[in-house]
Amino acid sequence: MSVLIDKSTRVLVQGLTGREGTFHAQQMLDYGTNVVAGVTPGKGGSKHLGVPVFDTVAGAVRETGANTSVIFVPPPFAADAILEAFDARLPLVICITEGIPTLDMVRVAAALKNSKSRLIGPNCPGIISPGKCKIGIMPAPIHKQGHVGVVSRSGTLTYEAVDQLTRLGIGQSTCIGIGGDPIIGTSFLDAIELFNSDRDTHAIVMIGEIGGNAEETAATYIKEHVKKPVVGFIAGQTAPPGRRMGHAGAIISGGQGTAADKYRAMRAAGIHTVQSPAEIGATLARVLGKSKPIAKKSAKPKKRAR
Amino acid sequence: MKIHEYQAKAILAKLGVPVPRGQVIFKADDAPAAAGRLGAKIVVVKAQIHAGGRGKAGGVKIARSPEEAGSFAKNMLGMKLVTAQTGEEGRIVRRLLIEEGLDIQRELYLSILVDRVAGAPVVMASASGGMEIEEVAKSRPEAILRETIRPETGFEPYHARKIVFGLGLKRELLAAASKFLESLYRAFIATDASLLEINPCVVTGDGRLVALDAKVNFDDNALFRHPEYAELRDLDEETPLEVEASNYKLNYIKLDGNVGCMVNGAGLAMATMDIIKLAGGSPANFLDVGGGASEEQVKNAFRILLSDRAVKAVFVNIFGGILRCDVLASGVVNAAKELQLEIPVVVRMEGTNVKRGQQILRDSGLNFTVAEGMKDGAEKVVALAGGAR
Repeated sequence: MSVLIDKSTRVLVQGLTGREGTFHAQQMLDYGTNVVAGVTPGKGGSKHLGVPVFDTVAGAVRETGANTSVIFVPPPFAADAILEAFDARLPLVICITEGIPTLDMVRVAAALKNSKSRLIGPNCPGIISPGKCKIGIMPAPIHKQGHVGVVSRSGTLTYEAVDQLTRLGIGQSTCIGIGGDPIIGTSFLDAIELFNSDRDTHAIVMIGEIGGNAEETAATYIKEHVKKPVVGFIAGQTAPPGRRMGHAGAIISGGQGTAADKYRAMRAAGIHTVQSPAEIGATLARVLGKSKPIAKKSAKPKKRAR
Repeated sequence: MKIHEYQAKAILAKLGVPVPRGQVIFKADDAPAAAGRLGAKIVVVKAQIHAGGRGKAGGVKIARSPEEAGSFAKNMLGMKLVTAQTGEEGRIVRRLLIEEGLDIQRELYLSILVDRVAGAPVVMASASGGMEIEEVAKSRPEAILRETIRPETGFEPYHARKIVFGLGLKRELLAAASKFLESLYRAFIATDASLLEINPCVVTGDGRLVALDAKVNFDDNALFRHPEYAELRDLDEETPLEVEASNYKLNYIKLDGNVGCMVNGAGLAMATMDIIKLAGGSPANFLDVGGGASEEQVKNAFRILLSDRAVKAVFVNIFGGILRCDVLASGVVNAAKELQLEIPVVVRMEGTNVKRGQQILRDSGLNFTVAEGMKDGAEKVVALAGGAR
């Protein structure tokens, strides 16, 4: 099991024929992802990377039965692409594009509330269920199939954490990059709910950043509802207030959204917090080692002198 | 992107938001004439810098005659203004706004920004105009009204009524206040602002609402559809190194430490700063070279890092993934040779062909240290920069 995507996911790529779309669609195909269609207005009827191209998302869905879209469309046109995917009633829409105007995302967020679609991103690496399906721009080889759910606001920092896990022999059920923008479709809370109800996910890693209060909201939920072990890291402990650290969402404003606030909320929720980004994997390994006795079908608890 | 007060007021005035009459000047000699033309009993001389707290720092003066305006202008132009928001280095005043004085009865606070939780614009209002909103939020959070605006329907008259009566304004002001707020919301949407702040918005003796101060920050991601606003960027108000970095699409923020950082990705860049601190050192900057980290980007990043004299060692932390480390390593070596790099550089990289990449660095004959992992890299670079502090 995994969350949101698996081997049966039928993927449509919006912006397939562009430079980014071409490169990453090829990587997805190489991974074994079932890419069934591409959409580039004006290029309908052709084939690209062996995949049929359509003029509209609705047309592509009708002809191929695609049920998930991934968007590599440049920022000025990305909100329109997301709205077109909602209009075609795709259950899952993943937007990789970085740099979408905030007010465009305000319109998207309003439309999202009235749609049946789930949006992941924008400005995110995408989602991967190792060994089954990869939708996005993350490097495949660092992942390993397993039972840890990873959710993160950042791209390369997620790769760093996943790489640490894999090197320790700890696989992942699904890794979700939720994106670094102020307005995103799927929040920490949403992702953690999904992992919590997924039987195959035994532990969760959440990687947050300064800015906003999404980590605090998720921590409150975890405190009340999540029995699985959770390891948490927040990037930006040393960031100065008032400066936007790369991501539009990563800014400490008016004393709010500091790493200290987020760590406090996470610790209060029983989350195993990590101060050093190099210790994310090792901390999870330690936590899993400790929690083994309560996991199903585990070895008999050994008594250890401590 | 930030702009000056006078520019913000000109944009708002065009979109129907009442502002005081005024004129920007760049030379002190122009001040008396500008003040005279206003024909007002008192005029206000306001330093134009991209930072708040000007009043307390001596950047706003009230003149009772054009001559007095002229002498204030002489003192203020060219002065270094240090406010609570500028930091010790302050800002040089290069432009002044000469404005009519108003008969002020009340001062309000109004702002519009996007609330990330609601995913919609929110209008904030408080009766404590002139105060920092962060202060009010801390001491009396209940004194701040918040109206979330549904983007599908926009700003409605009831929003205005809730704010006007919520602030305890007189009924007679309802029409003027509604019009003011509606124009302000329209301006927020039309300009793709990330923040629109009127602090204070004043109620005058004759029952008008006027934006006495105005701050408009634009959403950088939306500037492509507002070239006329992009032109308002004032490079004098930005750190020169940050300006240069932005020319190369590098995201650079100068900090106080001595360990230069070059990282791909914003989250990893912040985490790298954190781990340097944990290792006992202090980061000299935040620098995100972007996910791809091309040779050109790496070279420009090195140049910018090295022009900060405080930097004693550099930590390159690249998680390439799809990126090939041999290509990256060649880029780093070429950049180092071309820039005649002298200070020690610690390189940590992950991705395809990582071993070959590390070999290229070792064989270069340059002052590179290869690190295994972030922790190792951070410890090595802090030691090379002069040890933990």
